[in-house]
Amino acid sequence: MKPQPTPETAPYWEGARQGELRVQRCGECGRHYFYPRPACRYCASRDVRWVTVSGRARLVSYVINQRPMPGMEGLSPVIALVELDEGPRLMTNIVGVEPTPENLPLDLRLRVCFQDDTPVFRPEGAAV
Amino acid sequence: MRMHGGDVAIVGAAETEEIGVLPDVSMIELHAGAARRAIEDAGLTAADVDGVATAGPPAMEVSHHLGITPRWLDGTMVGGCSFMLHVRHAAAAIAAGAADVVLITHGESGRSRVGVPQYGMNPASPQGQFEMPYGAVLPYATFTLPALRFLHERGMGREDLAQVVVAQREWAAKNPRAMRRDIVTVDEVLAAPLIAYPFTKDMCCVVTDGGGALVLTSAERAADLPSGARAVYLLGSGESAEGTMVSQMEDPGSSLAFRRSSAEAFATAGVSHSDIDHLMCYDAFAHVPLYMLEDLGFVGRGESGAFVAGGHTRPGGSLPMNTNGGGLSYTHTGMYGMFAIQESVRQLRGEAAAQVPDVEIGFVQGVGMFFAASGSLVLSARRP
Repeated sequence: MKPQPTPETAPYWEGARQGELRVQRCGECGRHYFYPRPACRYCASRDVRWVTVSGRARLVSYVINQRPMPGMEGLSPVIALVELDEGPRLMTNIVGVEPTPENLPLDLRLRVCFQDDTPVFRPEGAAV
Repeated sequence: MRMHGGDVAIVGAAETEEIGVLPDVSMIELHAGAARRAIEDAGLTAADVDGVATAGPPAMEVSHHLGITPRWLDGTMVGGCSFMLHVRHAAAAIAAGAADVVLITHGESGRSRVGVPQYGMNPASPQGQFEMPYGAVLPYATFTLPALRFLHERGMGREDLAQVVVAQREWAAKNPRAMRRDIVTVDEVLAAPLIAYPFTKDMCCVVTDGGGALVLTSAERAADLPSGARAVYLLGSGESAEGTMVSQMEDPGSSLAFRRSSAEAFATAGVSHSDIDHLMCYDAFAHVPLYMLEDLGFVGRGESGAFVAGGHTRPGGSLPMNTNGGGLSYTHTGMYGMFAIQESVRQLRGEAAAQVPDVEIGFVQGVGMFFAASGSLVLSARRP
């Protein structure tokens, strides 16, 4: 399934095409937030701007899916919740590692990479 | 007249005559079949009903199908706990004089898929852009996602998920209508086929066809009905929501919506945890009752696993939970909340397949659209 950007999320997907992970940061409360929307999810301020983040994250939780949706068999079976060093959490896939629980301890350090113009994450040090 | 405190009663409650695998009944007729039985159970007729609430098809489709012209409608759709919210909204409407007799229906051909709308994903929605492209679409690969974090933070493990299944199967074994009735061990649950690690097949709910319906009216009117002696009273309720994305929960190890809605249910009912004789915790997957036991405050943080493993929720335990076998073993059409309420009503009436002795006050906790929404009810066998 291909994500369909909206006017409000287009900069995120444009960033992904260029190999950058972009989120919004609030000028009022200073927090990074996700998913993209024109007002801060914490303080409702509209003084927000797009920033490119480090792409460093930790593994919060995951499942190893044995029954992919028809048409989605090509994805990594590791569906994961990760937390960026800047704070926001997002859904992703973990790639670049054999999908076993032993390889995926919680809090594992991760780095962003891009597949099909979509951000995914790999363990720090794993080959792209 | 108030919406809480026992001024509003459930006077009719019924499931479809059969549940499970029903390839010869369409979704709308599952609604209608359950509705007719609930209205009959109340000792009323369709002509007495002036309010209709449902989730799934539009409320006017259900009311028209039954020949009811409503003066009050509620189509609140927050997933599987929609019916908890309908009970709450119906009580408010009855207390306000906006409806006299409210019918709440559920019907879902979740297994046989007869007469159901096509499942559509919106690739421009927040989930469609930021969750579904990663394969987080079906419940077993999405609703389950925070579970490892919950277990990790508490020093718990997969055995704790298995213990939930083991405990509830003991109840299901006593229930001829339950889909899975074999007693199982922790090892057997862990050895079942993997669906999405850490979840095995037995840790995921059954997928079934069926329906259920409720009829509510004022306690005053209930007293005059043939079903009056079996009326069940609404003491308190709560509802809340935390957005539609599992990835955006404030805390993946706890549900803000469960905490908010259950706290309001306890507060409006004016009862405490020790007053609860019987508990229903919507269990689409084995981790959900563990979250609920902690988020509702029945046990402290990190104590849910030991509580279940210690037998407290099993037959003879101090807090009988999911006594129909739950979504894991009894039935799960897709929106299980109606069946959790039905079992609570049966226990309070003393009519359950696996009846717990002396149930005076029951708590029903629902969840909808993964961890998005929450509905909580406190029900009583007596009017205070």
